Amino acid sequence: MAYRVGIVDVAMTPGWESKENFLDQVFHTTKEVLDKAGIRREDVGTVISASSDVFHGGMSCANSYYWDAGGAFLKNGSRQDGESLFAFIYAVMRIMSGSFDTALVLGVCKGSENPDDDMVTYFYTDPFYQRQIGLNETIAAALQMREYMERYGVTEEQCAKVVVKNLKNALRNPYAHVKKKVEVEDVLESEPVLDPLKKMECAPKSEGIIAMLLAREDVAKKLTPKPVWFKGYGSSMDTFYLGDRDLLDTQLKNAARMAYNMAGIEDPMKDLDVIEMCEPYAFQELLWYEGLGLCDKGKGGEMIDSARTGMEGDTPVNPSGGVLATNPYVSRGLYRLAEAFLQVRGEAGQRQVDKKVNTALAHSTHGFAGQCHAVAIIGS
Amino acid sequence: MVSGKVEYTILKDEVAIPYELAMGPTWTRFFEGLKEEKIYATRCPRCNRVLVPARSYCPRCFVETDQWLEVSQEGTIVCWALTEYEYFAIPVKPPYIGALIKLDGTDTNFLHLIGGIDLSDPEYVRKTVKNGMKVKAVWNTEKKGTIMDIKYFEPVR
Repeated sequence: MAYRVGIVDVAMTPGWESKENFLDQVFHTTKEVLDKAGIRREDVGTVISASSDVFHGGMSCANSYYWDAGGAFLKNGSRQDGESLFAFIYAVMRIMSGSFDTALVLGVCKGSENPDDDMVTYFYTDPFYQRQIGLNETIAAALQMREYMERYGVTEEQCAKVVVKNLKNALRNPYAHVKKKVEVEDVLESEPVLDPLKKMECAPKSEGIIAMLLAREDVAKKLTPKPVWFKGYGSSMDTFYLGDRDLLDTQLKNAARMAYNMAGIEDPMKDLDVIEMCEPYAFQELLWYEGLGLCDKGKGGEMIDSARTGMEGDTPVNPSGGVLATNPYVSRGLYRLAEAFLQVRGEAGQRQVDKKVNTALAHSTHGFAGQCHAVAIIGS
Repeated sequence: MVSGKVEYTILKDEVAIPYELAMGPTWTRFFEGLKEEKIYATRCPRCNRVLVPARSYCPRCFVETDQWLEVSQEGTIVCWALTEYEYFAIPVKPPYIGALIKLDGTDTNFLHLIGGIDLSDPEYVRKTVKNGMKVKAVWNTEKKGTIMDIKYFEPVR
């Protein structure tokens, strides 16, 4: 039988550049979450971290380097390289199976130290074919945006509205990196870095060290009066080559279906109170609405027009400001989950949505044009 | 903790390390084909799709491909993006257009560049380049057995 898993607490750095040393940041963040829960590092069962060290950190196998700072030495543990929601589900399973009663999940990405993200994403290409043509993540996204606009008539204004909404939300988030009030015109007039993508439609490069403590139900109830429960999860990865895929039919629908089945979600717009989504490019939030089943195919643009995903809408999306405001690459899935956790707890401060949050969804994506998607659902 | 007055040092570091990557028989044959101005695909015996560039297996059916065929050098633009930013390490210099191109008779989209038009004015480019536009391969005179033996795809006039 599977044990029920609760999130006990979370600690994270803000998204802007810190002059603190990386190991000190990892130490302070880990210490903060353990102190909040009132436990010592010796009490932690297992540690699962997420980091993509070689290009994002300039060091290979850096988990062996930050392991001490994460309180993980002399312990069971493992590192996930890619996306931090995968580290979360790994930790959940270690508890569900009865192997451990607590698990610490770490996401470590000191974005201020690595070069431009696209210098790094250029090396996600295959070296024989794509690399010499000059593909990177932003070019892949621009190709996807062009297809989205042409096939479904989604407009540049509708894409720009995502930036306006999310950056407005970020103004109320003390952890957000980009804080700027913008209008649709500002977005449309920002530098056309990669036509049809404008500069303000692309996520920044942010700092993000995050630590989240999970526990088996009985332990979670002892460690906090307000545990937030794990409800469901799904993930799916599409084929590698862009040309082999329909860029508008992503695996998000598959990941969402698995998570919804597990969590008993029938109508996501009705059953989910808040959504934290990973939208490194503005138009992707609209496309992900479709993948999550919040609206029909091709209707993402109408969805943003309807304001149903705004702070006052029926299902607010990205009250934190999302990835367009704070983009700690590998850690961004855990940052979405942390915001979902705070919203369920009612502890999201000025950005708390104006209703009782029982169920929240956190989404992450990595790989070109949303090759891979993960969806986690948590609730009270 | 970091106080407002103290400036801490930043260490600048750079890493460059060489690799040797095995192309294997399939990439080797594909790139040898480009030297002869031929674009090769392979066909999946199960789903019958023509996969370009050629590959040794069909990821969808998970079986080995068994037939090589030369495919058309003409096709249509599926989607395109105009790059005006110079990215570190990318050998292609801006402005350039990356595109997915559906070569006639194939079932996957081929990634390459669009050229042969004036790229200096983005407005002109937007008016000129369209999804669904017919394009054809233009070859570099000097062949190196790489994907850039194709210079770019240009509009069919």
